[in-house]
Amino acid sequence: MPSYILEMQDITKTFPGVKALSNVNLKVEEGEIHAICGENGAGKSTLMKVLSGVYPSGDYEGKIIYRGEECHFKGIHDSEEKGIVIIHQELALVPMLSIAENIFLGNEHAHWGVINWHANEARTRQLLAKVGLSEDPQTLITNIGTGKQQLVEIAKALSKDVELLILDEPTASLSEKDSQALLDLLLEFKRQGITSIIISHKLNEINRVADHVTVIRDGRTIETLDRSQISEDRIITSMVGRSLEDRYPPRDPKIGEPIFEVKNWSVYHPQHPERQVIKNIDMTVRKGEVVGIAGLMGAGRTEFAMSLFGRSYGRKITGEVFLHGKAIDVSTVGKAVDRGLAYVTEDRKVFGLNLIDTIKNNITIANLPGVSNVGVIDELKELDVANDYRRKTNIRSPSVFQKTGNLSGGNQQKVVLSKWLFSSPEVLILDEPTRGIDVGAKYEIYTIIARLAAEGRAIIVISSEMPELLGISDRIYVMNEGRMVGEMAASDASQEKIMRAIVRGEGKAAS
Amino acid sequence: MTDTAPTPQTGVAQDVSGGPRVPVSSLASNLREYGLVLALIAIMVFFQLTTGTLFKPVNLSNLVQQNSFIIVMALGMLLVIVSGHIDLSVGSVAGFIGALAAMMMVIWPLGGFLGNPLVVSIVCLLIGGAIGAAQGYWIAYHRIPSFIVTLAGMLVFRGMCQGLLGGGSSVGPLPDSFKALSSGFLPELLGTWTLIPPTVNAAGKTIFGSGVTLNMTTVVLGVIAVLAYAISGVGARRTREKHGYEAEPFALFLVKTVVISALALFFVYQFAVYRGFPIVLVVMGILVAIFVFITRHTTIGRRVYAMGGNIKAAQLSGIKTERLTLYVFVNMGVLSALGGLIIAARLGQAVPAAGLGSELDVIAAVFIGGASAMGGVGQVISTVVGGFIMGVMNNGMSIMGVNVDWQQVVKGLVLLGAVIFDVYNKNKG
Repeated sequence: MPSYILEMQDITKTFPGVKALSNVNLKVEEGEIHAICGENGAGKSTLMKVLSGVYPSGDYEGKIIYRGEECHFKGIHDSEEKGIVIIHQELALVPMLSIAENIFLGNEHAHWGVINWHANEARTRQLLAKVGLSEDPQTLITNIGTGKQQLVEIAKALSKDVELLILDEPTASLSEKDSQALLDLLLEFKRQGITSIIISHKLNEINRVADHVTVIRDGRTIETLDRSQISEDRIITSMVGRSLEDRYPPRDPKIGEPIFEVKNWSVYHPQHPERQVIKNIDMTVRKGEVVGIAGLMGAGRTEFAMSLFGRSYGRKITGEVFLHGKAIDVSTVGKAVDRGLAYVTEDRKVFGLNLIDTIKNNITIANLPGVSNVGVIDELKELDVANDYRRKTNIRSPSVFQKTGNLSGGNQQKVVLSKWLFSSPEVLILDEPTRGIDVGAKYEIYTIIARLAAEGRAIIVISSEMPELLGISDRIYVMNEGRMVGEMAASDASQEKIMRAIVRGEGKAAS
Repeated sequence: MTDTAPTPQTGVAQDVSGGPRVPVSSLASNLREYGLVLALIAIMVFFQLTTGTLFKPVNLSNLVQQNSFIIVMALGMLLVIVSGHIDLSVGSVAGFIGALAAMMMVIWPLGGFLGNPLVVSIVCLLIGGAIGAAQGYWIAYHRIPSFIVTLAGMLVFRGMCQGLLGGGSSVGPLPDSFKALSSGFLPELLGTWTLIPPTVNAAGKTIFGSGVTLNMTTVVLGVIAVLAYAISGVGARRTREKHGYEAEPFALFLVKTVVISALALFFVYQFAVYRGFPIVLVVMGILVAIFVFITRHTTIGRRVYAMGGNIKAAQLSGIKTERLTLYVFVNMGVLSALGGLIIAARLGQAVPAAGLGSELDVIAAVFIGGASAMGGVGQVISTVVGGFIMGVMNNGMSIMGVNVDWQQVVKGLVLLGAVIFDVYNKNKG
């Protein structure tokens, strides 16, 4: 009989009109790494918020038993006192404070309110060593990368004598290397006796570290798999309720003449005008073609795309853009949209959506003239358009009047896509279109991409997930340090080939 | 491809709530608006019961004449706040414009055409727009925080107002035709109609309740407006249904329309038995209608809300946020100028302290009306109701003889209470 550090029994949580969790059960063994899988909106994060006291005791039904005693957490403070620490997907660090200040924020070594900086920094150094960071404790958070910020969060959790560490999609925005380091760290914690719960969409990672996997679907526990049962296929089957034969929809590409060409495109950094971010890029996309841009984080892919789209990034931009062989002016977003460009951003919450507004208003905002006459909005036409796209892209919501802030990541992404589809672009640039989205919604996004290509549009997909690029593209450009360092047909591309192009490119950039 | 993919989420419950779809939008989003109107009515009834004079025709006219400038400026402030900014300069700009108008009409020898009140008013509105543009330019194109730019404007234009009037003196009297903007009533074109002839009692006094004479122009205009409201409501409902979208439940619609029409007709009657609609009420009413239309039905209005909700997303959707911000401040400048003209017309002269502190009343009206300090949220009608809540409290407490100091305290608490109520509601669900 294994000893359970945590048992959550029959947890039911209702929001107005929606049952987010119904009779969810979770048992976590002492000292294990327990993964929770489920599609977006399945209820994983809600479950963790119940556990950590974000939803206080009384707001939900069911029991939380931690170390054999029933707990009624009234807030995060209560759960942290017991050694349960949650690290959210969106990091909770103050950017303009130092690492040391962040780690001990609210918990400073102080005497009568006067902070003992020496003690804080000494302790910070110890904690940073534990998570394998060699930064100076006085470094500001804003000056370190996302991967390191994540490690600072973990160090902060360690400072609270954590016994049960909960990580909500810790690797969603990390590079491959940082993700590996983070997973290694979790395994190290396991050796030290710290129990972890990890929520993740990345099945290969779960496969690597998890001892048990609990799958949640539609707010219900589906099953808990042990080490011997864990396999990607099994988890996917369980998550979506049926097996996914193919993660990418079949396509029959009909590629026509070049539609979109970029010639000699160069961009300088907005704050450091001497730094060239994009270096003389040439690129061609054909009608009906899906072109992928591969590269590591910081290769300049997003910067390239945003500088093309109405000079939304950078300064001293030079180069030419051609549509159907004619040079076009894309110097403002408005002009770029008018000429038939659309850009679906990497960060939908910050750049893509007005979260306090409805699905309907978000869908039409980039093409209001399409639903209005001389500046007056035709309300019914707008409703028709919004409902039409809600159906076409399969947005799950009670109505188009739902606020986009209340939607799951996958559905939010579909709203952003709808917005740009309604502007009827000829060239669609998708920047990390499936980041932080579950498997099922990913498939739907791929289907939409395939459909758009079949309609004869030119599509550029930027992605850090190489299997995804290989799965959906016709041709792949490889970018590194602001240059195009490789171009290959998807049919003879492979992860190794892409990586080799990047490494070769690095050598070139250095010489 | 019509049906989207072999949806992998087979069996995923689409609406966890299940059952028929409720028109969540209309009810939930309007609940606050109804609540606010009820609060206004409750406050009015309270003062009617304690003072006995609030609903008197003459007092209603006063109420409108005293508070209309707040509401006029609040219309501009709503857009400023929705777009994520603030304007602290409106009271000073109003004071400055009032002083300028008085100088042009009374002191400076501008001659017949240029000294004409109408021409002066138009020039003043244009100058207001220019002031708004000057402030908006720094805010929109140079990203200087609006709080700072307009704080500077507040000092600059108060100083210019006082300087223009030559220190502490006031300039007047203003021409009667100008004063009519605030204290005039609609000219009686259709004549009056005696509803109940006056009965004189033995002491030679008219018996209470008799001697009711209606200003027919006001009655006709009022009834037309109410009918237009009801008919457009029915029409909108019918088109929605024809296109297969559900409208709010019929009973709710009926109750709402009847109650609002009845209330409106009651006020129309009260104005009609006195001297008809005050001109400033008509000006305000037209402006309110225009701004309701702009915010609800036009692309520019929609874009202001989008910009306030997420400026980065708006920019990447092709919205020219700089230009839009400039327009919002130009609009604010014009309405501040109109507010200044209304104040001067009501006082009959320009005084150095005109509009002093009114920016706070204006901002309070917008926030009582439920706008969000973060931008992106706020409604015209709610703002107007918020303005009237402030106005009725001013008026009612003055009649009750509450000391001005304590009036401030009460108004401050009401503002705080309204916003706490909002935040609490938002957090709850």
